[in-house]
Amino acid sequence: MNPILSVRDLHISFGGVKAADGVDLDIYPHEFIAIIGPNGSGKTTFLNLCTGYIRPTRGSVIFEGRSITNQAPRTITRRGIARAFQIPQLFTGHSLIENVMLSVAAQHGIWQAFRPLAHEAYRKKACEVLDLMSLGDIAHGPTANMPEGLRKLTDIAIALALKPRLLLLDEPTSGVSTAEKFALMDTIVGVLRAEKVTALFVEHDMDVVERYADRVLVWDAGQVIAGGPPQEILCSSHVLERVIGIS
Amino acid sequence: MAYSGPSVFGAFDMVVWQLLALAVAAMALPVAVPWLGFVITVAIGKGLAALGVAMLLRGGLISIGHALYVAVGAYATAFLMLSVGMNELFLLLVCTTAITMASGLVIGAFMARYRAIFFAMLNLAISMVFFTLLSKLYNLTGGSDGMRVATPTVLGVTLDRTKFDLVLQFSAVALMVVVALLIDRYLKSPLGEALTAIHANEVRLEYLGVSARGVILAVYTISAALAGLGGAITAVAIGHVVPELSYWTASGQLVLIAVLGGISGVPGAFIGAFFFELVRTFAADFVPDAWNAIVGVALLIVIFFLPQGLYGLLQRVKMRKARL
Repeated sequence: MNPILSVRDLHISFGGVKAADGVDLDIYPHEFIAIIGPNGSGKTTFLNLCTGYIRPTRGSVIFEGRSITNQAPRTITRRGIARAFQIPQLFTGHSLIENVMLSVAAQHGIWQAFRPLAHEAYRKKACEVLDLMSLGDIAHGPTANMPEGLRKLTDIAIALALKPRLLLLDEPTSGVSTAEKFALMDTIVGVLRAEKVTALFVEHDMDVVERYADRVLVWDAGQVIAGGPPQEILCSSHVLERVIGIS
Repeated sequence: MAYSGPSVFGAFDMVVWQLLALAVAAMALPVAVPWLGFVITVAIGKGLAALGVAMLLRGGLISIGHALYVAVGAYATAFLMLSVGMNELFLLLVCTTAITMASGLVIGAFMARYRAIFFAMLNLAISMVFFTLLSKLYNLTGGSDGMRVATPTVLGVTLDRTKFDLVLQFSAVALMVVVALLIDRYLKSPLGEALTAIHANEVRLEYLGVSARGVILAVYTISAALAGLGGAITAVAIGHVVPELSYWTASGQLVLIAVLGGISGVPGAFIGAFFFELVRTFAADFVPDAWNAIVGVALLIVIFFLPQGLYGLLQRVKMRKARL
């Protein structure tokens, strides 16, 4: 099977800090991969490199066999990679359903100057995504003061409305209470599996990683130091020492 | 699951009614006070330009140089009549709008790279450069004396000035309604909503695959065209164009009108323009040395008590009625 995303010899430094130091990896279709590692190890930088937010000094990012290295975020998004953020990035002046309708409209071409955003075609598709994410009941509510869990789900719903083939999630459970995190992840993973979306998520919570990831990649000082099934990786003393600090 | 969101057509109808009410007022006032016809025509010209400024404000962009395009529209009208011999009112309005739109597209391609104070100051700088050129290129533009604009024909018919003013007033009112409805439609489209989204979160918009610069260039070009149309109406209404049309105080007036009227709906710019021109006209009559102070106090009242502008007051009354 051909990888959906291949990264080769990826490098980027911020001053003396190497955030990507020769990263090589392949991600295959329908995988659900967790990226773990200590703070500052380059996990979010990797997502930024893959989505064009920052450009590598060396190396390449190949998506579905074509290079997306040095391309702008909007070009990469149009190619089929969507992203959800650690701090949810919402259009706070718009209601929840309008946020998702904008995403649906963006996927179909934003340059329609006279078709209203609230057009039935956009509304229907936005409703489908909101129902999948269990957000249907609050669809017309404002996004400005939503609880963090709902903000996370909305951020992911916006990304999913783009119908991506690869979704990058940055700490989907950060800021979410312990009681809510599994319910949140059940919803997200359920949708991603149903929609057959390949996903890569940065995570600090090892319970979440163990329960939901097919494969775990361990980051340290801008390098992938280990990779494999969660049962194997999370038992490695070397990994535990580097990631959690348990010796 | 079926959702019953706010009716788009209901909201559309409301704007239609509001614009029709404005149009009726704009045509009825001069019946009672005939000389107000000229004031209304000029107010619509300013309202069109202020609508362009209000659109930019929705995207968080403040242009304190948009009078540039009013001047481009006004001078384009004068040049088309003088140099090309174009003498038909509606053709002049169309050509002038196209010329201003093209200039907005060219300058906008540069402006779309900038945000916040840089956007505001660059617009101001370009408008002041244009003002200086208009003032100094005496042989071409007539310098500070400006250029005369003759009375155009209407559908090939030469009218005396009184009849022409009446036709211009009715045409301006009709244009106000049609243009405002088109802009309302645009602002409610994904492209228009993307403009508001830029104000809230430009990064997220880029991550939807949308070019924020493209969205800004589109609105900048449209706003320039609106200001140009306003400038053309002003030019034929007054019959004279001067460099002061591009001066920074004229740009400040457009921002003032947009804020005064409110940016949450297209009628706001015209409500602000009517209010501004009527207050200015009557204040200049009764207290000639203090009309600026009256407009200033009115603006302070709006900023403190009506942050959504005069149009926001209408919406507030409507919401209160809906609650009862």
